Amino acid sequence: MSILETIRTALRALMSNKMRSVLTMLGVVIGVSAVVAMLALGEGTKADIETNIRSLGADVLTVRNGPAQRGAVRAQSVDSLKLEDAEALTAVDNVTAVAPASNGSAQIKRLAGNIGAQVIGVTPAYFQVQKLNLEQGSAITDAQVRGRLHTCVLGANVYNTLFPLGDAIGDHVKIKGLSFQVVGVLESKGSGFSSADDNVLVPITTHMSTLFGRQFVSSITVQVASEDLIDTAKTDVEAFLRMRHRLKPGDDSDFNISSTKDVLEAVGQITGVMTAFLAALAAISLVVGGIGIMNIMLVSVSERTREIGLRKAVGARPEVVLLQFLVEAVTLCLVGCGVGLAAGLACVGIMRAFPESAVGKASAPFWAMALAVSVSALVGLVFGLFPAIKAARLNPIDALRHE
Amino acid sequence: MNVIELVNLEKVYHEDMPDIAVHAVNKLNLAISHGEAVGIVGPSGCGKSTLMQLIGCLDRPTRGSYLLEDQDVARFGDNELAKVRNKRIGFVFQTFNLLARYTALENVMLPLKYSNDPDPRAKALTALERVGLSNRAHHLPTELSGGQKQRVAIARALVNTPAILLADEPTGALDSRTGSEILDLLLELNSHGSTLIIVTHDLGVARRMKRVVKLRDGRVEADGSPEAVLGAVDTH
Ligand SMILES: Nc1ncnc2c1ncn2[C@@H]1O[C@H](COP(=O)(O)OP(=O)(O)O)[C@@H](O)[C@H]1O
Ligand SMILES: [Mg+2]
Repeated sequence: MSILETIRTALRALMSNKMRSVLTMLGVVIGVSAVVAMLALGEGTKADIETNIRSLGADVLTVRNGPAQRGAVRAQSVDSLKLEDAEALTAVDNVTAVAPASNGSAQIKRLAGNIGAQVIGVTPAYFQVQKLNLEQGSAITDAQVRGRLHTCVLGANVYNTLFPLGDAIGDHVKIKGLSFQVVGVLESKGSGFSSADDNVLVPITTHMSTLFGRQFVSSITVQVASEDLIDTAKTDVEAFLRMRHRLKPGDDSDFNISSTKDVLEAVGQITGVMTAFLAALAAISLVVGGIGIMNIMLVSVSERTREIGLRKAVGARPEVVLLQFLVEAVTLCLVGCGVGLAAGLACVGIMRAFPESAVGKASAPFWAMALAVSVSALVGLVFGLFPAIKAARLNPIDALRHE
Repeated sequence: MNVIELVNLEKVYHEDMPDIAVHAVNKLNLAISHGEAVGIVGPSGCGKSTLMQLIGCLDRPTRGSYLLEDQDVARFGDNELAKVRNKRIGFVFQTFNLLARYTALENVMLPLKYSNDPDPRAKALTALERVGLSNRAHHLPTELSGGQKQRVAIARALVNTPAILLADEPTGALDSRTGSEILDLLLELNSHGSTLIIVTHDLGVARRMKRVVKLRDGRVEADGSPEAVLGAVDTH
């Protein structure tokens, strides 16, 4: 019997028991749609987090005080980064901008207005590296840094709170009781990852001397010429700073450097585990669907024992009988898979209807669909094989005698 | 030339369990030549059906040899046996064994499908015509009478023009008039050259054969013309 004829025979057997075929497929439908939806959700979340992190800049390195963390967090952190380190770093190969920052927090006051804010001491490079745009006025300038001037740039929230009537440029606010002239207002970044909206930026020299009395900066952000050069630049910056800090080979560094890439990798690992976990849960339901198919195929074989006997009596070879039952099982799986794919994609569509929420970025990757199809074909083969072999092995006369 | 030659043929059911083992066919010898019409008779349980199943290659003998057209089919593998059943044997069952969801025509086409015949439809229609059922080709078995079902089964048995036609109690499930029509049909096919072997417990049927083989306990007890084996016709 030709393959085509065998497939027709199998389809006919399935069609003659539509209700049962549909119910059997349901397991696979649920399994496949769950796999697709879960993987889409996982991939979407991962992509969302990655874009957020990437928006911080994939081409920057962040140097912080304290020893590099290996394994457990070390209790003692030593301050080591000086403003001069930052100035010197501009000489390192491939470094395009160096933005030291000194962090502190304080109450900002104007008239009756009062708001708690992060006060960050910066240089002009900070605006470039952090991709900050000004709504009004101008950024902190080199002249202001050199002259330790009492000038500041306000984040959008701070501005809105202290200047409800607008018109801040040239006006003054009080930081730790000292008067600062407002020279600029930042564009609002909206809610997001560590928003700059609540920050107040002042010249780093003023911040370290007059405001907080610091010797060391909090961090140095280093911008590199291109994303590909990040790793080389990281090595160079590390070697350069070790030399400046007069560290001997074998000494631990008294600073640590992290790149957006490092963070991306760490986050990628976490979201990868999450996706795998979701997919595993979904895969279990696919296997359960497969067992359902095996169950029905076994029932089908024993119900049709006489039919199998008759087919063998008129000349069906064992392989042909095997193929017929295998095709039935695989067809159940593949049709179930098709419906499941459609259902899964519909779920993804529904998730995407909420672009604001965390699930809004869900998108079914092609490999997830290919995976679902091949896994369900495999499930059909594996779980269909046992009943099919059972049917093929039947002795014609024993099968015909079956009641 | 012999179509069938059975030498010391044995079939033991449950041979591995001595307390329930049954010697259904016991060192049986039988030769049947081309074109014969043989009736196999004997008391219930004497091994008639078992013998037919062995001849029809539906089961394998425990021991002994079975030459079908000079080939030792007892030594054939599963695939070769399937081919023998498909091409060289037509089997008619007491209970018809038609596929319920297939029409008469599709049932008759089944053996042709398994032999990859290029023109199954035309051949099946011809076979249905020979059994006088061309007007019922597209009916399902449930829409046919017992006699018609058996005609479909006979059409299925002869569609691949087999060397032998085997029928195990073909009239057993039919009323006597329909039964004798079926017998007429089988004998007519025999007169056109098919070797015919019929198992029956109906002595009236047996008497219409040219040769009768009487079994007892899995062996041939008597073999010859109906008169010789069954005695003179009972007149009441
Ligand atoms: N599948 C089987 N398993 C065990 N014993 C069987 C089987 N088929 C038939 N027999 C036994 O073999 C003997 C012959 O049976 P059978 O060939 O059906 O006789 P008949 O057709 O002449 O009535 C009987 O004793 C019967 O019980
Ligand atoms: Mg019998």
